Amino acid sequence: MAKVKKTDNSVMAVLADPPKLDPKETKEPINVLIVGVGGQGVIMVSKVLALICQNLGYEVKQSEVHGMAKRGGVVFSHVRFGSNVWSPTIPMGKADVLIALEWAEGLRWMSYLRPGTGIFIADTKRIVPPFACRSRILGADIGYSKDTPDDVREKVAEAFALDATEMATRAGNERAANTLLLGALSTTLTFPTEEWKKVIAQMVPPKTVDVNLAVFDQGQNWIDGSRKGEPVEGAAFVPLVQPELNSVRNTLEITAEWCKGCDICVKMCPERCLVLNKDQVAELAEPEKCTGCHICEWLCPDFAISLNPITQEAVA
Amino acid sequence: MSSKAEQASPTAIKTGITHQMTGNEAIARAAWEAGVKVASAYPGTPSTEIMENMGRYPVGDVHAQWATNEKVALDVAIGASFSGVRAMTMMKHVGLNVASDALMSQSYIGAHGGLVLIVCDDPGIHSSQNEQDSRIFGRFAQIPVLEPCDAQEALDYTKIAFDISERYDTPVMVRSTTRISHTRSPVLVSERVTPDDLGFNMDVSKNVMVPGHARQRHPVVIDRLERLAEELETSDLNRLELGSSKIGIITSSMSYVYVKENLPEASVLKLGLSFPLPKKLIQDFCAKHDRVIVVEELEPVIENEIKTWGLKVEGKEFFPRIGELSPEQTRISFEQAGVLEPEANALGPQFEPLIRPPVLCAGCPHAMSYTAIRSLDVRVAGDIGCYTLAVGDPLTAIDTTVAMGSSIANATGMYLAGTETKPIVATIGDSTFIHSGIPPLIDAVYNQANITVILLDNHITAMTGGQENPGTGKTLRGEQTHQINFEEMIRACGVEWIERVDSYDAASMMQTMRESIAYRGVSVLIADRPCVLDPVKIKGPSMSVDAKDCNACQGCMNLGCPALIWSDEWYEGRHIVKIDPTACIGCSVCAQFCPTGAIQPTVVLDQKSAKAKPCGVE
Ligand SMILES: Cc1ncc(C[n+]2csc(CCOP(=O)(O)OP(=O)(O)O)c2C)c(N)n1
Ligand code: SF4
Ligand code: SF4
Ligand code: SF4
Ligand code: SF4
Repeated sequence: MAKVKKTDNSVMAVLADPPKLDPKETKEPINVLIVGVGGQGVIMVSKVLALICQNLGYEVKQSEVHGMAKRGGVVFSHVRFGSNVWSPTIPMGKADVLIALEWAEGLRWMSYLRPGTGIFIADTKRIVPPFACRSRILGADIGYSKDTPDDVREKVAEAFALDATEMATRAGNERAANTLLLGALSTTLTFPTEEWKKVIAQMVPPKTVDVNLAVFDQGQNWIDGSRKGEPVEGAAFVPLVQPELNSVRNTLEITAEWCKGCDICVKMCPERCLVLNKDQVAELAEPEKCTGCHICEWLCPDFAISLNPITQEAVA
Repeated sequence: MSSKAEQASPTAIKTGITHQMTGNEAIARAAWEAGVKVASAYPGTPSTEIMENMGRYPVGDVHAQWATNEKVALDVAIGASFSGVRAMTMMKHVGLNVASDALMSQSYIGAHGGLVLIVCDDPGIHSSQNEQDSRIFGRFAQIPVLEPCDAQEALDYTKIAFDISERYDTPVMVRSTTRISHTRSPVLVSERVTPDDLGFNMDVSKNVMVPGHARQRHPVVIDRLERLAEELETSDLNRLELGSSKIGIITSSMSYVYVKENLPEASVLKLGLSFPLPKKLIQDFCAKHDRVIVVEELEPVIENEIKTWGLKVEGKEFFPRIGELSPEQTRISFEQAGVLEPEANALGPQFEPLIRPPVLCAGCPHAMSYTAIRSLDVRVAGDIGCYTLAVGDPLTAIDTTVAMGSSIANATGMYLAGTETKPIVATIGDSTFIHSGIPPLIDAVYNQANITVILLDNHITAMTGGQENPGTGKTLRGEQTHQINFEEMIRACGVEWIERVDSYDAASMMQTMRESIAYRGVSVLIADRPCVLDPVKIKGPSMSVDAKDCNACQGCMNLGCPALIWSDEWYEGRHIVKIDPTACIGCSVCAQFCPTGAIQPTVVLDQKSAKAKPCGVE
């Protein structure tokens, strides 16, 4: 049964008797799913793992779809290894370990985890896509998961949330975060540490070997330490800011007689909610879209537009 | 951790042992091992890496090159085949539509030097405009279609394809899918064997397809397929794994591994080719089993043909015709067919954390082009490339997208319809313009359309990962070659209004675009700025937002630049904006839009690097 550590928010749940996955002992292949966002190095993690498995004599299949990887899209790589592997993709609900290089991506793929035994290891780093910042409703929430490690805690067998990016940055190279997660992954498998280090040293640029090996150890120690209940380094999970509810609302007023139809406000309105009407006078065509941002008010050369605040009480 | 830039030469790897390779790497290796002398292709996901890998093999061994489009690529390969050497072309599924005109006739002509087409389908539409099943095209063209199921078979089948091509005097298709092309699995490699050059085959009745000759050739086509089908009755290309006589599975390609994943002990007939089919072998297999199920991804190609023989098989009543097959979908289908016991819904916890659609890069020049287009209130016929991403929020500046090169002629048609009240604009990338945008431009001028063409010249074929093209003046192997002068070419098409503008110059872009749509006739505006990702990553010092000046108007957010996100501060209920310095490349476009002047170059406090560095190439 999972024992839950409450002292450090970034350790979520550890199994009292964590399994070490050994492909020699199972007929079915071992399944590791690695996920993240384009540019984070998901494919590198899976290449290292695949090479180790290959060196140790297992059949390994590694499958990824990376068509949109370069455009900030979702990247995922399935790695399956054992004495015999058929499908290159992991069946849903059969992933033994899920490694996430980005917090929300870890949540996205959670359904792939094997219920009851699947291990979740996620960097708490957030990469907020521009799409999450689209809402124009006053006081709008960001379109990014509000789920915290606490929300995940009860739902998985064993889970770790660690600030790998921050730890790697402190060690001297932000880009080594994925190696730190490899160190974390290594604690779930029976492969010898030297084998991991040999392959990592072989795969990373020569100048960065030392820092990569150092953060690999950190990742390993982090998981081992939390499993033993020792205090582990790492920042606590920072929740997203709450929306500002007590906001000012502005209503827009256009003095038609002063407007000369120069079109400046229409062209510059970020919400594109102004038009020139048939009399060539500015008009708020879509009042529900206006955020009261003042841009038209400030840019109008003839002071024809004014924004007037209304108080919360008046709104209510 | 990032990968080392240079990999070892692919010819240096040891033979006789296995290496982890993607399907695409294995196909390139197969081409080299088979002694292919000429390979020509146009990029397209998921096929692109085949040619990129071929470009790593020695120049003396293979002429590997990017063509201007898939038909040109196939015609180049056909020419090499005429001249008696092995030739190959590779393309994504929709590329075959472009190449098909040549293919349909070449099927009658056959192959002097081995002629192989690698066609990569995209079930699930990971990055394409449709989900067509190219196996149907193979039958249509009456050419054999080989279907590998992993990287090893991709290598083996590609080599066998050359052998079949030469022995049966036919072009041959090897059909891959995204999953095969992009999956790494162990591959046993061997030495290269170079066939003798055969020289040109002087045979006009075979090589020149006029009606009289074509009528002679059609029976030859039918005959060779019958002979091949006969050979396939006993060929190793089909794998027969007999188990219980209750249920037999007929399958091919990736579907085979999904079947094995779920039913490792089942009776399976795995077909190496989906066309032509070994009829007797299949009849015998059906006779041995009480019930036969055909498992195929996408269309019921094999299933339908078997049914025409009067045999009773099942398949598409359980297996989807839409989307990519998966181990779990295969399981569900077998459960529906009553072959497997329903499994309890055993999934991990479900979360819906956020939507993360692909976006234009920070500093992408297309963002400014579409911002200007959007401000003009025009009708936009779009095309295919990175810039198609401008269809989504916040740019929302594309009204139609059909196929590569469609934009200009679509715009002409909109103009001719006479119903459009807005000015009509076609947007097209440099590579797409060269691929198939030139004939429609000539057509637009010839037929006196009133449209504006915006040529989005980012100096690369970006969407597919940054391939050279005639507009870049470099070859696949990075050598200098002739560089197209777009203005000269467009002028030669008869266009009289041509302007080139820096895409990062917001004011000029807006003003020049306004002028271009005011012009009556065909006008071409060239939006000029290199892609920030390829061929070199561009990263200048970042810009930053001064929170005290930002009134959170969200104007800059309309660019959709992924470096611009919300900060934790608010202004009158709106989010103040910040810039992620690691993502921002310093293009300054957002600063040109900010009405309060809140966006400024980041002040460098460190004295050593205090000298202002211009935005440049990293
Ligand atoms: C017939 C066909 N061939 C190939 C492709 C794959 N493909 C999609 S976009 C693209 C290149 C677009 O390059 P360009 O027009 O220069 O635009 P960019 O991506 O550089 O913005 C290619 C080759 C396709 N979709 N259809
Ligand atoms: S205040 Fe003016 S510029 Fe701002 S959203 Fe409203 S109408 Fe547009
Ligand atoms: S790869 Fe180039 S063209 Fe494509 S989105 Fe990025 S910058 Fe724009
Ligand atoms: S300068 Fe502005 S638009 Fe350009 S990359 Fe930076 S944040 Fe994006
Ligand atoms: S455009 Fe300027 S004022 Fe408006 S949100 Fe962006 S940074 Fe703030």
